[in-house]
Amino acid sequence: MQVQSMFFKERARRAVADTGLQERMAKLAFAERRAVAVGEYGSEAFEALRDAGAAIRQRCIENLDVWIERFEAEATRRGARVMFAESGAQVAEQVVDICRRHGLKKAIKSKSMLSEEAELNPALSRAGVEAIETDLGEYICQLADEPPSHIIAPAIHRSRQDVADLFQRRHGRPRLEEPELLTREAREILRAHFLTADLGISGGNFLVAETGSLALVTNEGNGRMVTTLPRVHVAITGIEKVVPTLEDLSTLMRLLPRSATGQTISNYFSVITGPRAAQDRDGPEHLYFILVDNGRTNLLGGELQDMLRCIRCGACMNHCPVYKTVGGHAYGWVYPGPMGAVLTPAYMGLENALDLPHAATLCGACSVVCPVRIPLPELLRTLREKQVERRLRPWQERTGLRLWSWIARHPRIYAAFARWGVRVLRMLANRQGMITRLPFGREWTAGRYMPAPASPRTFRDLYAARRRVN
Amino acid sequence: MRVGLFVTCLVDLMKPGIGFAALRLLENAGCEVVVPRPQTCCGQPGWNSGDRSSAHALAAKLLDEFEGCDYVVLPSGSCTGMIRVHYRDVFRDDLALRERAERFAARTYELTDFLVNVVRLETVPGRFPGRVTYHDACSGLRELGVKSQPRALLAKVPGLVLSEMQDPEVCCGFGGTFSIKFGDIAAQMAQTKCTQIRAAGADAVVLGDLGCMLNIEGRLRRSGDTTTRVLHVAEVLAGPEEG
Repeated sequence: MQVQSMFFKERARRAVADTGLQERMAKLAFAERRAVAVGEYGSEAFEALRDAGAAIRQRCIENLDVWIERFEAEATRRGARVMFAESGAQVAEQVVDICRRHGLKKAIKSKSMLSEEAELNPALSRAGVEAIETDLGEYICQLADEPPSHIIAPAIHRSRQDVADLFQRRHGRPRLEEPELLTREAREILRAHFLTADLGISGGNFLVAETGSLALVTNEGNGRMVTTLPRVHVAITGIEKVVPTLEDLSTLMRLLPRSATGQTISNYFSVITGPRAAQDRDGPEHLYFILVDNGRTNLLGGELQDMLRCIRCGACMNHCPVYKTVGGHAYGWVYPGPMGAVLTPAYMGLENALDLPHAATLCGACSVVCPVRIPLPELLRTLREKQVERRLRPWQERTGLRLWSWIARHPRIYAAFARWGVRVLRMLANRQGMITRLPFGREWTAGRYMPAPASPRTFRDLYAARRRVN
Repeated sequence: MRVGLFVTCLVDLMKPGIGFAALRLLENAGCEVVVPRPQTCCGQPGWNSGDRSSAHALAAKLLDEFEGCDYVVLPSGSCTGMIRVHYRDVFRDDLALRERAERFAARTYELTDFLVNVVRLETVPGRFPGRVTYHDACSGLRELGVKSQPRALLAKVPGLVLSEMQDPEVCCGFGGTFSIKFGDIAAQMAQTKCTQIRAAGADAVVLGDLGCMLNIEGRLRRSGDTTTRVLHVAEVLAGPEEG
C-alpha cells in the first residue's frame, strides 16, 4: 500500500466533516466490551497478565534471531518451507513465484495486514491470479476497492446502507439491507470461491518456535477454510510474530481476544503445524511461510524497539479519541491509530509521515490498555524528537519553540512579554471575554473561541503587588 | 512545612485566580507557601514537541528555583506529570541531574493529590450551591493517578452535588500544541466532551488543568452555551477571595 500519510491533515479534515463517519465511529464498541471482559477476568489479574505478556514479547524481541532460527528449523522439519522477505515488494514476488511453480490460478485470503504492506492483491492480479478476500470486512473493502480502516474491523467506516448498495452493484442481486441477509449473501458467493481456489493466503497472529506452528485467530471461520481447502497454503507474517513456546502462546491468547474484541476467546483458534501428512484427511499439500522484515529489523536495538512487541489487537485505536474522530483512512497507510502513528514513520520513513506522531494528544488512553505495555505516547514523543533532530519540522515551529524557551529562561523578559501578551489578548476579546478570532491562531478559533486572560495583570504581578502591600 | 507553589505559565497568564485559590488552600491547610519569583515554564511545550534541549534548560531552571522546598505543588496534572514522570528522561544523559530530578519528583504533587494524601485536609473553605461534573484531565489521571482525590475534596464542599458525565476519562482534545496543529480534530473532540458535560445536567464542569479548561470553555461558548461554567477545582475548593 502506497503511503498517503503526508495527506493526514486534509484527510482528517474531511473525516471530521463527514457526519455519517462520525456516527459510525461512535458505534465502535470494542472498548466497552474489553472493559467488561477485563472486569470478568479481574482487573488486578489482568494487569499481571499484561506484565506477563509484555515480558514474553520482550524476550522474543531481544533474541529474535534465535527464535526465528528455531522456528525455521522446526517448521522445516515438519515439512513446511520457510522463506524470508526483506520488503513488501519481495513478498509479492515470492507469492507470484509460488503460483507459477504450482500453476495456481485462484487465491482465497483470510485477513492479513502484511498482504496490505506488500500490496499483494494488485501483484497477484498482474500475474493473472485472482485473489478474493474472505473475511467479511476485508471482502467489503475489496468490493469497494479501498483499504481497511481498522486492523480487526476493516469496514467499520462503512454503513449497512453502503454495504447494501455495494453488494447490489457488485453482486447484481436484489438489494438487501439486514446485516444477517447481507452476510448470508456474501457467504453464498464466497462458498463457491472457497471450493474452487487452489491457493490459500493467510496472515498469522503468532509463530511458535518450539513446534514450528502458525497460530491463527479468527471469528468467521474463513481462516480454517483458507488454510485447509486449497492445495497450497502461504502464511505471511512479520518476523517479530515469533514466540518461543506453546506455553507463551497460551498466555498471549488470554490477552489477545480480550484486548481486541472483549471476547474471552475468539470463535476460531487454529494452531497449524506442517502441511497435510500421510494420515491426514485434509490440509494443503504445500505449506509456505513468508517471514517479512519490511523495516522491522531497523527497530531492533533502537529507541522504537518496544513497538515490535505489538500483537495487533487494535486496543490502542479502539481507545484513541483521535482515531475515533478521524477514522482509519486518515492515517494513510496499513496501520491506523496510535500503532500506525508509530509504525508508519518507523517502517516507511520519518519524512513520509510527519504529521502522524503529532496527531495525538498524548492522553495515554492507548498505553493503559496495551496488552504488552508498549509506551505508545513515549514512542510518539521519540519520533517527534527525531523529526527535530533531522530538521524536519517547519521553521516557524522551530523558531517559535526556541523563542519560547529563550524567553522562559529569562524571567524579567518573560514577565514583560507576559504583560504585553495579556494586554493584547484582552484587546482582542469581545464583551463576553472571548476571542472569536486569533490572528495567528486560526487553527484554534476556527472551531472554538479562546477565552481571554481573566485579569489585566499576570499572577506574578498581582502576587508581587500583594506582597508589597502586606 | 515549606511548600513551593508553581502556578504554571498558563495560570500566570490566563487565570491568575487559580494561582491565588491554590495559595489560599495551601495556607489554609497550614503550609508555609513560597512562590519563587523567577518561575516560568516547566518545559513541557518543548518536551512534547521533540525539543529535548529546551526542555532540559527549563527543567534545570525549575529544579534550582524550588530546591529549598519540602514539597512542590502545582494546580495542574500535566505540568506535575512533566516533573514527576518525564524529568528523569529529560535528564537521561546527565546522571547527577537525573538523580536530583528523581528526588525532586518524589516531593512534587498535583494540588488535590497533595491536599488529600499529604496534608490530609478535613474541611475546605469553599462553598458551591449547585451541580457540577468532573472531567479527569489525562496527565493527572493516567500519569499520576489523580481520580478520587478531587472527588473526595469536592464532596466536602457544602452545597455541591457531583453528577458524573459519561466517559469523564476521555481526552477533551487539548493536547498542548495538538490543539493548534489539528484545530478541527481538537474542536470535534472538544464537542464530544461538551455534549457529555451538558448531558450530565451540571451548572459547571470542574477540572484540574487550565489547558483543558480553555479548550472546553472555548468550545462551549463557540457552540452557544453561555451558562455552563468551567472552573478549576482549586477555585471551587477555595471559594471566592475575601476582601
